[in-house]
Amino acid sequence: MSSAPGIAIEDLSVVFKTGNGSLTALQDVSFDIAPRSFLSVVGPSGCGKSTLLKILSGVLQPSKGRILFDGRPVDKSKIQGQVGYVFQRALLLPWRTALQNVILTMEVARRDMSKAQREQEARRWLEIAGLKGFENRYPHELSGGMQQRVSICRALAFQPKILLMDEPFAALDEITRETLQEELLSLWAQTETTVVFITHSIPEAVLLSEQIVVMSARPGSVLERIDVPFARPRDEATREKPEFAALAGRVRGLLRHSTSTAAAVSEEA
Amino acid sequence: MYRLTITAGQILVFVVFFLAWELIVDLLHIKPVILPAPSRIAEVAWANHELLLRNTWPTFIAISLGFLWAVATGFLIAVGIAYSKIIRDLTYPFLVTAQILPKIAFAPLFLIWFGFGLMPKVVIAALIAFFPVVINTAKGLTSVDSELLQYMDSLGASSWEKFEKISLPWAMPDFFAALKISITLAIVGAVVGEFVAAGEGLGYVINASNISLDTELMFAAIVCLSVLGVLMFLTIVLFERLLIPGGQQEGGVQATM
Repeated sequence: MSSAPGIAIEDLSVVFKTGNGSLTALQDVSFDIAPRSFLSVVGPSGCGKSTLLKILSGVLQPSKGRILFDGRPVDKSKIQGQVGYVFQRALLLPWRTALQNVILTMEVARRDMSKAQREQEARRWLEIAGLKGFENRYPHELSGGMQQRVSICRALAFQPKILLMDEPFAALDEITRETLQEELLSLWAQTETTVVFITHSIPEAVLLSEQIVVMSARPGSVLERIDVPFARPRDEATREKPEFAALAGRVRGLLRHSTSTAAAVSEEA
Repeated sequence: MYRLTITAGQILVFVVFFLAWELIVDLLHIKPVILPAPSRIAEVAWANHELLLRNTWPTFIAISLGFLWAVATGFLIAVGIAYSKIIRDLTYPFLVTAQILPKIAFAPLFLIWFGFGLMPKVVIAALIAFFPVVINTAKGLTSVDSELLQYMDSLGASSWEKFEKISLPWAMPDFFAALKISITLAIVGAVVGEFVAAGEGLGYVINASNISLDTELMFAAIVCLSVLGVLMFLTIVLFERLLIPGGQQEGGVQATM
């Protein structure tokens, strides 16, 4: 598929009906995402980050607002088939091998590819992700980190315009997480995909992103957008820079502030 | 090594069972009309092997037809239940109630309805084998991880693709669990059918030798029926092994979380 569009999110609000009234998950959220960039969203629990991803993946219709790809508004049906998704759980199909799991997305979203092309592409991705030789293993025969690598390959293999990642490394141990962060960057470098990455980890957001969107507690809205200036490729050395710690500190300060404000508001209520 | 020892031990349990049976019959001088020894049953079975084989065939046909009928209709109804809230809400209380009923008790009635021969056997077998298929398969189809279905939605998958690529394979372990229950129930159903409404089949042989107090032949027929049942059960296990990879235990994706 063609190059990634610039994405604009305009005035997005989501209100859920609940038993006694309604719950505003997102309120007037607006921001742009540059083509081929890497944007992270951080915010306290329950700030509607996952709701935002559901809208961007075409699973959920917002109550208000719209999403534009290259200046053109897109609805649910137009978004479907253009986004890759990686969850906290690898969510692989246990009855399919690693290779067949990667092929899944192409079977559904890339009808233009022949069977042989799909398989070739899946093998290529698994090789880049360091999983050569594991193509015919079933998910239960792979470690947690390997399963998540397969899941990332599956999301990238059909060349989506956007890759949505919902805390993909949260369930992994520290060392595996850091390895996968760097691997994700090198996998992403091979694509034209725009990444929207949700995380609780501030260092993770700073290492990976071009931009960080900091969100407030419920109802979720954008507190601030922060540019991350470090040159790519980023690696272990990037983590050691003093500017890295300074930027992480700034994000942490914003989050602290928003959480304590939210707590004060809920105490008043 | 452990595996091998256990297998040997498992075989030993069978051997001990039959040896104990043989010994007890011998030591207590139990009359063959009450309980024949295993060796005596084997002799009688061999002497009557033509009669037994001739009567195994109609029983096999009745079990197979009843079972396949139950599986086909049970599967279709399970899909209806899984995908339509109206069908689910309307039929569920009826199905649960029907499952509790002692369906075997209807056997004599089927003699009146369907006459003598193959039909009543097949109907009883199908009737009691049907419910586990419906309930288990519907459970499997409705327990699919909702995040997986959302994932398919985000790819723009059609309803058919979601069914064929996700829900159906997801439900396979539950479906096969149901088949294993159903095949044993179909055997019971077919034999009861033969007790009340048949002139051939192993159930008929058991019933006829009971009336003539030929306990030895009765046991020989029971052995035949047991072997038939085990073989049919193992056929299903074989298909299960072929179709479901080792990692997909009952309950779906848990292994990969």
